[in-house]
Amino acid sequence: MMLPAIILLPLLAGLVAWLAGRWSATAPRWIALAGTAVPLALTATFWGRPAEGRWIAAFGFDWIPAAGISFFLALDGLSLLLVLLTFFLGVLAVGVAWRQTDHRPGFFFFNLLWILSGTAGVFLALDLFLFFFFWELMVLPMYFVIGIWGHEHRTRAAIKFFLFTQAGGFILLLAILGLHFSHAAETGLHTFLYEDLLGGALPAGTAWWLMLGFFFAFAVKLPAFPFHTWLPDAHTEAPTAGSLILAGILLKTGGYGLLRFVVPLFPEAAAAFAPVALVLGAVGILYGAKLAFAQSDLKRLVAYTSVSHMGFVVVGVFAWNTWALQGVVVTMICHGLSTGALFILAGSLQERLHTRDLGRMGGFQVLAPRMTAFALFFAMASLGLPGLGNFVGEFLILLGGFQISIPVTVAAALGLVGATVYSLWIIQRAFHGTPAKGATLADVNFREAAILGALVLGLLGLGLYPRPVLDAAEPAVRWLEADAARPVPVVLAVEPPPHPPLP
Amino acid sequence: MLDLLWLIPALPFAGFLLLTLAGRLPRAVIAGIGCGTVGVGAIFSLLLCHRFLTAPPPDHAFTQSLWTWFDVAGLAPGIAFHLDALSLVMISVITGVGFLIHVYSAEYMRDDEGFQRFFAFLNLFVGFMLVLVLADNFVLLLLGWEGVGLCSYLLIGFWYREPANGAAARKAFVVTRIGDTALLLGLFLLFASLGTLHFQEAFAAASLAWEPGSGLAVAAALLILGGAVGKSAQLPLQTWLPDAMAGPTPVSALIHAATMVTAGVYLIARCHVLFELAPAVLLVVAIVGAATLLTAGFSALVQHDIKRVLAYSTISQLGYMFLALGVGAWSAAMFHFVTHALFKALLFLAAGALILALHHEQDMRKMGGLRHKLPAVFWTFLIGSVSLAALPLIGSGFYSKEKILWDVWISPLGGPAFWAVGVAGAVVTALYTFRMVFLVFFGESRGARVEHRPGPAVLAVLVILAVFSTFAGGIELPHTFGHVTFFSDFLDTALASLVVLPPGLDAELWALLLVASALVLAGAGVAWWLYGKRTQTSDTMGAAPPRDPLLRFWFAGWGFDAVYDTLLVRPYQFLARRNRRDLVDLGPVFIAALARGLHTLLSETQTGRLRWYASVLVAGTLVLLLLAFAQ
Repeated sequence: MMLPAIILLPLLAGLVAWLAGRWSATAPRWIALAGTAVPLALTATFWGRPAEGRWIAAFGFDWIPAAGISFFLALDGLSLLLVLLTFFLGVLAVGVAWRQTDHRPGFFFFNLLWILSGTAGVFLALDLFLFFFFWELMVLPMYFVIGIWGHEHRTRAAIKFFLFTQAGGFILLLAILGLHFSHAAETGLHTFLYEDLLGGALPAGTAWWLMLGFFFAFAVKLPAFPFHTWLPDAHTEAPTAGSLILAGILLKTGGYGLLRFVVPLFPEAAAAFAPVALVLGAVGILYGAKLAFAQSDLKRLVAYTSVSHMGFVVVGVFAWNTWALQGVVVTMICHGLSTGALFILAGSLQERLHTRDLGRMGGFQVLAPRMTAFALFFAMASLGLPGLGNFVGEFLILLGGFQISIPVTVAAALGLVGATVYSLWIIQRAFHGTPAKGATLADVNFREAAILGALVLGLLGLGLYPRPVLDAAEPAVRWLEADAARPVPVVLAVEPPPHPPLP
Repeated sequence: MLDLLWLIPALPFAGFLLLTLAGRLPRAVIAGIGCGTVGVGAIFSLLLCHRFLTAPPPDHAFTQSLWTWFDVAGLAPGIAFHLDALSLVMISVITGVGFLIHVYSAEYMRDDEGFQRFFAFLNLFVGFMLVLVLADNFVLLLLGWEGVGLCSYLLIGFWYREPANGAAARKAFVVTRIGDTALLLGLFLLFASLGTLHFQEAFAAASLAWEPGSGLAVAAALLILGGAVGKSAQLPLQTWLPDAMAGPTPVSALIHAATMVTAGVYLIARCHVLFELAPAVLLVVAIVGAATLLTAGFSALVQHDIKRVLAYSTISQLGYMFLALGVGAWSAAMFHFVTHALFKALLFLAAGALILALHHEQDMRKMGGLRHKLPAVFWTFLIGSVSLAALPLIGSGFYSKEKILWDVWISPLGGPAFWAVGVAGAVVTALYTFRMVFLVFFGESRGARVEHRPGPAVLAVLVILAVFSTFAGGIELPHTFGHVTFFSDFLDTALASLVVLPPGLDAELWALLLVASALVLAGAGVAWWLYGKRTQTSDTMGAAPPRDPLLRFWFAGWGFDAVYDTLLVRPYQFLARRNRRDLVDLGPVFIAALARGLHTLLSETQTGRLRWYASVLVAGTLVLLLLAFAQ
């Protein structure tokens, strides 16, 4: 019963927060804090529990038996980490929005909680129909968050976000239905259950198109080059808490989908597609880094860095060996923390200065040394400084990628130089130099310092001792590899050591 | 005693955390923390040296494993330290010279508003540098490697209000990161072909798996060389170091002369097994070193900024170390590393005292005649210069440079050509060194006024370094007089030298020594002829940049900056600027515009006028009828 509770609690808290917003301006945020902290604590109770078979915990009943649809939730190490990330950043997002949201706070927190609930559902649902239900559940509240509480061009950005994700969602629905019916045609079994659909012997042509459908939906969400153009607008216009959730969690559903569905469900088709995907990933890394460097809007700049970082996820998924997959897990978590932090900083600056234009910043180190220290830390995380979590992820992805394709790895590694250029550029434009005459800027307050400090500790922990996270993900990664069970194409001599047998 | 090894890097990190998190501290406390953490490390290092000399641990090495960093499918780098003769030499210099520079900084930076930030960064740097040289695997080395790069960036841009300093800092970070990317790829190659990134295991596996000269060995060594070239400012990635002089002078002394820039030398020495398997790459190392030492020497000849002379001089001296590495003379390279750390730190710190005394004047055209006004600085600077120029017998630089030149001559990988380049470089070195001495301290004053005299901390550090840089040469004396091989014997426990002195060469070596010494003295003499004998005025010293095209070419560092600017920086900026709006977005924008266009077109038909609707109705019916009849 724990698993549905993790999804239901934020839903209920959201409704209560909305209602409470009619009577009190401050009640909704306390309700939202509880509505994120309690699921976080519930999820944390699964930490360290051994898996029985594949799942650490599972919950299910027949939902619409006639159509083969069931309500099946299950948790393995991968979902556990991502659900933890969801609610951890959820708590921080509530903290970020604590005072920033004066306009209809009840409805704001309602939307925030429903997004979190949908995301948790996406990470837990292992019936594809249910998965699609949660996939759609995330979208509409996010549309409202951007469209109502966003900045100047919020309407346009919200619509663009909505259309892109709906296009992806529509293709995803078609692909899910296609998989359902072609699986039924092959086996006579009408099912949406993930585990039943694994290992299905689909005709190669069908598998190819279905794989492309899944890939498209997840690539839009991730976003992967060339489907990334909704992201800069959405990020730039969303309120800070929205950007945090969007960058920190929503993008991860795309990476999760690639890991969980695209390759395991269609191993041969994905292997055939891998060269294209690897190139798209590497192009995304370099192209995102270059575009980030060109921006003068701080939030837009950070948004493009996400495109660059998510390119690593694409490369890692399609390199598909233990190093790269573990790297993908770490990269997704650390990107959530570090990019989330950069958006929080951008939000703090906008709150104080009422601008995001880097051209109107500069010299803030004089005025706000503590904020500068935080910015420097997260810029270093973003450029992959060893000792911080992002390095572990990117290093493992590149190390795994090197076994698959040396040219792609070389290109991706050059992305680290690009990351250095844009990260240092942020510091130069906003914090170094001389402040304008008469400029004032309040340094980070206690609430901001607590939020950013939590992210600093997270990145340091993941950078210096990532083993707990890697260990948690390890069985799940092993299962994914077993599902995909295609021979790892090895360019060079070393093969990964044999895995211990699956339980 | 050995079990406390982890404390040596941990102390400066603790100092950094304390200085960062503790809020505003009194200056005495800040200096105490900053100097203390490194000073204790220096004492520990000395004790470790004693231990290694009197009761060496088994195999002359000691490994301390703290925890496993991560463990993924056979890749399990540890946070583990490996202490052998090589890393012991490195940590002794890092903590020893580092401590002196910290003490110096306590006075030098006394009036700076960023005093606490400065010591925090300096401590962080020492911590990372120690991790770099103590790491027992490539991944942990990379942590130190990138960490010192970060600190270098932070300290070059320490005076962040000036955009030029920020630009120099970014340039240093980005250029070295290009080399680091090569190093990173080298690690992937090593892991893919050897299955480990642990130093000793990888070297053992490589010697078994790879034939000398095999493709993988060459590729791996070349990629590692890429990293070394970036960090040690060798051709073609040397351009960042002269600009790095934007940082405070103690930073230039510590990071950009004594320690960080020698990380590339350390890396090649550490990976010498891999390089021995790739003789072609060793030749590349020697050529890079030889080319760098000459080109940078010529650039040093024409600079006016005293710190830029010293920067080019550092590049050039690092070139000597690379030349030595390239002929397999590991201990000669490391010997020069030690003496260079001492005399170059001394020169930078003396120059710093000078610059502070002249109220931040660095242009030698405005100095002159300072030996009477700043005698202590003059004498210590002169002692450093004697070492740098390798004047015979006095000063440690002579001994280490002669060792390199001899090894180059007798090594099977070297030969007379490389020796000749080395000697030519030594002449150039003597020339630019004494040009600097004569311009700054002799002749008439050309404008800069002494406004401030160095205090006790600065003087003490200068004197200590002067003593060390004079007598440090005694740990290794040439075969022909004295035959002391204390240093190379010690180092041979970790790095077996490829260069073995054949017997019966005494006459030949005496001849080489005499030729080299005579030429160096001649170089110093020419410097006196050009700059010491005649009285210079600031007008006769020439413009910056010089008018003569060749001199201007040298002045601008052989045009590398211009080439990189044209080929890389500007195209990148151009592309970034032109595509700021993201071309890919044109696709969705086009779809949106199409939809909107169709919408407008269709909504045009909804006029609300009955006559229009009726006529369209009739027209449509007619068309349908026509179509029907046409069938």
